[in-house]
Amino acid sequence: MSKIIEGLKYSETHEWVKIEDGIAIIGVTDFAQKEMGDITYVDMPAEEDEVNAGEEFGALESVKASSDLISPVSGEVCEVNAELEDSPELINSDPYANWIIKVKISDESELDALMDAAAYAAQIGE
Amino acid sequence: MEETLLKTCLYEKHLALGAKMSPFAGFIMPIQYSSIIEEHNAVRHAAGMFDVSHMGEIFVSGADAERFVNHIFTNEIRGYEKGKVLYGMMLHPDGGTVDDLLVYREFEDDHFLLVVNAANIAKDFAWIQEQAAGFDVVLDNASDSWGQIAVQGPGAEKFVVETLGFAEAAQLGFYSYCEAQWKGRRLILSRTGYTGEDGFELYTDREGTAELWDILLDAGVVPCGLGCRDTLRFEAGLPLYGDELSDSISPVEAGFGMFCKLDKEEFIGKEALARQKAEGTARKLVGMELHDKAIPRAGYPVETQEGEQIGVVTTGYHSISLDKSICFALIDSRYSALGTDLMIRIRKKVFPATVIKKRFYQTNYKN
Repeated sequence: MSKIIEGLKYSETHEWVKIEDGIAIIGVTDFAQKEMGDITYVDMPAEEDEVNAGEEFGALESVKASSDLISPVSGEVCEVNAELEDSPELINSDPYANWIIKVKISDESELDALMDAAAYAAQIGE
Repeated sequence: MEETLLKTCLYEKHLALGAKMSPFAGFIMPIQYSSIIEEHNAVRHAAGMFDVSHMGEIFVSGADAERFVNHIFTNEIRGYEKGKVLYGMMLHPDGGTVDDLLVYREFEDDHFLLVVNAANIAKDFAWIQEQAAGFDVVLDNASDSWGQIAVQGPGAEKFVVETLGFAEAAQLGFYSYCEAQWKGRRLILSRTGYTGEDGFELYTDREGTAELWDILLDAGVVPCGLGCRDTLRFEAGLPLYGDELSDSISPVEAGFGMFCKLDKEEFIGKEALARQKAEGTARKLVGMELHDKAIPRAGYPVETQEGEQIGVVTTGYHSISLDKSICFALIDSRYSALGTDLMIRIRKKVFPATVIKKRFYQTNYKN
């Protein structure tokens, strides 16, 4: 059973989003980290990079494979989680506490396309 | 169309252990049980076991068996004692690799066992049958009736000797084997492996394999999936057929020419290899180290500093035992000298990397 948190928004590609004062905090879900296994590297954008909804902004690497990170929103990256550079395994230990990037949202209406916790639970079949 | 996947004799055991299962070489196989890193470290520091029942067993016997095996195999069988195991390849006339395999000289005269890759069993057996015209040999593809467990790691000997009771295992040197009767069935106890560590490969029938698995599991041997089998063999500089060797990659290109004895009278592919050794090859398999944590994966382009593509990554990982990003790459030979600085393209970026020795990890074999 994968952990899903009420009140977050979810993408079909297993990213979660939390909105705080116009800033989207983005990470990957518990389901995603379990599917990946041991995460050994997080490829992240630089601060001030532009990201676009539905487009790749980086990647998670496990021992075995690499998986693209897809941005659920558009905007400018205002912070990346530097802790993940040396400790990518934090995503395995708690994928909701260990966010990946923060984005200054340019178009709040994009959030409407995302799922709530119940819809995401249905998508992953749990 | 859904492919029908084969199950090994340990399939139910893997499910019961909660393994993550995935198709491999036509079989449904365990990729990992707990975590690839934990399983990898169990083999490096204690003892792990792998279900390798998917591997193929082909028996060759008859008056011409030795001459025939020597004809299709790159390594030298003649003069090799009973109870010894040899690694080598079977080649196409142009030097491309049909398969890499182990050859066991059996204790009975004129009997050999060929252990081949699971993905190649049907191809190999058909190819071997074709080559056998004119030789007095009997060929038996017994792959379906044999299971195999690889017990690997510094603790492997203790489990094989004490837990399973094979006292004779302690006397075996690396790449030798003995035969045993175990609960009334034939068992081949081979000091071989694919991890860079000491270890054993145990061949017996399907039921016996399942019994061995349970006993070893109860004794504390860590079940290990194909995920760490690949990270372990890669660190030890060992090739995987399909990645570093293939129908279109010769052992000389891949740097495994030492297993091809050009002073042998003859073997299929010898002329092509002799030419490659004399003239050099256009491509060469190298080891590379990335100066970054990004991970090179199979298929990623290798480029010069000027951005010209000169090759491709064949296997790459962030090495678990060495904690650095390394890979095998098949590249233009002109850039293959140790210390050459090149670039590897990973997604949108290029990363500097240097050509290093292919044996990344110092192996720990028993003498």
